[in-house]
Amino acid sequence: MRQSKSVELMVGMFVAAGLAALFVLAMKVSNLSSFTPADSYQVTARFDNIGGLKVRSPVTAGGVRVGRVAAIEYDSTRFEAVTTLEIDQRYDSFPMDTSASIYTAGLLGEQYVGLEPGGAEEVLEDGADIYLTQPAMIIEKLVSKFLFDKASGDGE
Amino acid sequence: MLNAIRQIGRNSIRFFTKLGRSVLFLLKTLAGIPSVLRRPHLLIAQLLSVGVLSLLIIAVSGLFVGMVLALQGYNTLVGFGAEESLGVVVALSIVRELGPVVTALLFAGRAGSALTAEIGLMKATEQLSGMEMMAVDPMHRIIAPRFLAGFLSMPLLAAVFSAVGVYGGFFVGVGLLGVDDGAYWSQMQAAVDVNEDVLNGVIKSLVFGFVVTWIAVFEGYDAVPTSEGVSRATTRTVVHAALAVLGLDFVLTALMFGEV
Repeated sequence: MRQSKSVELMVGMFVAAGLAALFVLAMKVSNLSSFTPADSYQVTARFDNIGGLKVRSPVTAGGVRVGRVAAIEYDSTRFEAVTTLEIDQRYDSFPMDTSASIYTAGLLGEQYVGLEPGGAEEVLEDGADIYLTQPAMIIEKLVSKFLFDKASGDGE
Repeated sequence: MLNAIRQIGRNSIRFFTKLGRSVLFLLKTLAGIPSVLRRPHLLIAQLLSVGVLSLLIIAVSGLFVGMVLALQGYNTLVGFGAEESLGVVVALSIVRELGPVVTALLFAGRAGSALTAEIGLMKATEQLSGMEMMAVDPMHRIIAPRFLAGFLSMPLLAAVFSAVGVYGGFFVGVGLLGVDDGAYWSQMQAAVDVNEDVLNGVIKSLVFGFVVTWIAVFEGYDAVPTSEGVSRATTRTVVHAALAVLGLDFVLTALMFGEV
């Protein structure tokens, strides 16, 4: 066999680079990864309607990103959407009565959870439940409400 | 008049006999693959010239395609206030379309033309006939390892292209244009699906690798054994491979993503 070791080495590196690229595509680019920041705590928030909120949507406070949505489930006994928010451990001083609302970034942008701190002494801890929530605005509901009000106003 | 019709007939017959020859050639090549697996050093030598040496042009092209996509996408998206979706635009266009297609076109130009020229010259200098005289089957010794190397290299090269392209878009979008780092990746990860997008891209690149390598080795083997014939065969490889890739891409896209 006249094959030099460097040829085999280069082909091995090529195959490894190709497989590494596939791995990057699977883990970093697509939704296969479930990478979690090392230091974080989880709180839950219940919403009547989460609109277009998705897993991995950002969680912000005062416009600054402090975490992300880790999971979204539907509670079929209370008929509410239950979201699990994963918040960076650095921001561990949110009061118990912090409220969570779902907003939209820009007109067509993605939806995110905005936290507004309250004034309580106790702070949110891992596993706590945010009980003050405001559901996402659904454009169709707003429009139909507006039309309905207008129609009933004309009738009088 | 009659001559014109005869011309059409002659061309059609030539076209179909060539198509038939190429299919028989493909079957013989596939039959030679088990003997390649018994002598892996033949395959490794071809992987070096077909795959490793194409890596640089593929990676550089991927980087620039990703950077241009980010620049163009940003200018359009910023008008809607949707520049956060830049990651989605870059990743989906590269993983679904540009990765496999541009890689296949570059692969046809870089590796396919070299395969045709090499095999065509071997035929012109009667090396292939010489092998047959020594009871060495050139299909097993020459054609099959090159075919297998091209078929295996293409998906790896396309994956490198896509990954480098996404990072090129990241450098321009996040580094230069100021798109939010987290939104770039989070929106991308929310929109790109492993089976739907990444796997379909890999399937596309496998099909393109098969077709481009098939055309390249067949044109080389089928070349007229003169210097002019080899040069024509090389040109035909690039032209036919490019047309086949673009045409097949439409068919594959319609099958995978379209509701046709």
